[in-house]
Amino acid sequence: MNHLVALPILIPLLAGAGLLLGYRLPLRLQRGLGILSCTLLTLLGLWAVQQAGSGDYTLYALGNWAPPFGILLVLDRLSAVMLLLTASLSLFCILYACRGTDREGSHFHPLFQFQLMGINGAFLTGDMFNLFVFFEVLLIASYALLLHGGGRARSRAGLHYVIINLVGSALFLLALGTLYGLTGTLNMADLAGAISAAPDTDKPLLVTAALLLLVVFGIKAAILPLLFWLPRAYSAASAPVAALFAIMTKVGIYAIIRIFMLVFGLGEAPIADAVWLWVWPMALATLALGGIGTLGAASLRTMTAYLVVVSVGILLATVALHDQASLAAGLFYLLHSTCLTAVFFLLADLVGRQRDRGYDRFSVISALNHRWLLGSLFFLAAVSMAGLPPFSGFISKLWILQASLPLTNGLLLWALVLGTGLLVLIALSRCGSGWFWRPPASTTTQRPLDPVRVGIVTAMIAVSIALALYAEPVMVYLDLTAQQILSPEQYIHAVLANPDALLAGGAP
Amino acid sequence: MELLFAITLGVLTSTGVYLLLRARTFSVVLGLTLLSHAVNLFLFGMGRLKTDSPAVIGKALEHADPLPQALVLTAIVIGFAMTAFVVVLALKAAVELRNDHVDGEDPNEDRP
Repeated sequence: MNHLVALPILIPLLAGAGLLLGYRLPLRLQRGLGILSCTLLTLLGLWAVQQAGSGDYTLYALGNWAPPFGILLVLDRLSAVMLLLTASLSLFCILYACRGTDREGSHFHPLFQFQLMGINGAFLTGDMFNLFVFFEVLLIASYALLLHGGGRARSRAGLHYVIINLVGSALFLLALGTLYGLTGTLNMADLAGAISAAPDTDKPLLVTAALLLLVVFGIKAAILPLLFWLPRAYSAASAPVAALFAIMTKVGIYAIIRIFMLVFGLGEAPIADAVWLWVWPMALATLALGGIGTLGAASLRTMTAYLVVVSVGILLATVALHDQASLAAGLFYLLHSTCLTAVFFLLADLVGRQRDRGYDRFSVISALNHRWLLGSLFFLAAVSMAGLPPFSGFISKLWILQASLPLTNGLLLWALVLGTGLLVLIALSRCGSGWFWRPPASTTTQRPLDPVRVGIVTAMIAVSIALALYAEPVMVYLDLTAQQILSPEQYIHAVLANPDALLAGGAP
Repeated sequence: MELLFAITLGVLTSTGVYLLLRARTFSVVLGLTLLSHAVNLFLFGMGRLKTDSPAVIGKALEHADPLPQALVLTAIVIGFAMTAFVVVLALKAAVELRNDHVDGEDPNEDRP
């Protein structure tokens, strides 16, 4: 057993607990600890990607209890990619937050760490109930992080967000109860076998449980009928928190991939078919609504929230196509869109700080300092987001379109992806030209531009460019990831085939 | 016993959902509490309903499934913390927004 697998959960847990105990420590020390933890997580993420790259599953049985009885952590390619993405995003976010956002309220750093613990745990766990527990951990932390800084808008958005997620948790437990009552296990691999072997009389109940889970993950991922909490919540959150939340909808997508491709995906007529029947039209509708939303948004933060919705739609559509090339292209898009939506949340904050009035609202015409620098950054980010060459947005969209062409449903996706791309392009150019083209002459009030904040945003845009330049190795890796996802038998074999070997190698 | 259990769950869930759909935060919190109560009982029932069987092996001829009990315990703890949090949040929102409507503004009230 490789103890490094447990560290992505343990490091933020210990850092968070330590920060909570030492809440009287000077802020500088708290920041140092937070940044240290995020740096370690990034290094661990690199290790995880390398470790999972061999194609093996790295298992970690907590307390040496053999699966399917004990709690299991599983590191495969998908988990590794998500871990690295989360860790690197969190590093940028915490650096940005250390420039002053963390002073606006109390306990920012411990909450940030607990948030990371929940996200990492959700990516690593091989057990349904622990998925629930880690979802709750990340949600509790996100409730408090959303409210960080206080204010009326945050209270109002927070109330909706908390209540809808509490209902989601109740539904999650109902689904878990049904699954346990029918199969007597909650280990994902064991559950997959039990579900595929279930008698026909149990099928309707299993479908019910699967659809309940789809609702739960749909709330997290913001799929069409369940996404109306998102624009308000994301646009109310402070900039680094909103940027970190860019990964939260992807946790929902991850859960959909993991649960419906693995747990419900086995057998002749898998239960998951009933789910994909719903996912496909809902993904397309989400995509269309996201496009319309970006055009109708009144501020850059709201627009970015709808960009998140667009990315969820595209991702979910590629997942629902159930094809290796499309899924791999979707995963590439996941990396790109998470990075870019985070950039836009931070850019909205940078611009808002430089404007005299209106913060990031489009309707207010106001003088803007440092127009050239901010305008260039915005331009680069917008080009990448809209999917124009030569950035990662172009490559990911091209790959998605290419992969979906031979499929029967592909043309529908083409129409929507390209149509939404046009809407996003119009919305972004309207925003950019209104702000940077010819605003009123700069005022006498000097607003210093924080070079560190600008540096962080530039670095994130550079990541997007690097993703385009070094696309080939990433694409090869993601293609193998998609292959691994679409062969759940390997996962089940790795977990259940030889529990003794797992434990024998691991005596600490 | 099964019928009584099922009716209890049904009543709890339906009242919970009804209260959840009200517009005031207090009834929403009550609705959430009832709903999570129903869910916890449901989870408990998934280990099958048995009397006189402890969840410890070897203490009686028949033993109950201990896993749902452990799950319920976890779910209760999480649900309890969440309820406490949502109560505090509702109070905070009521003070800041000057009303207890879940949308933060009351459509039937005249704006000042």
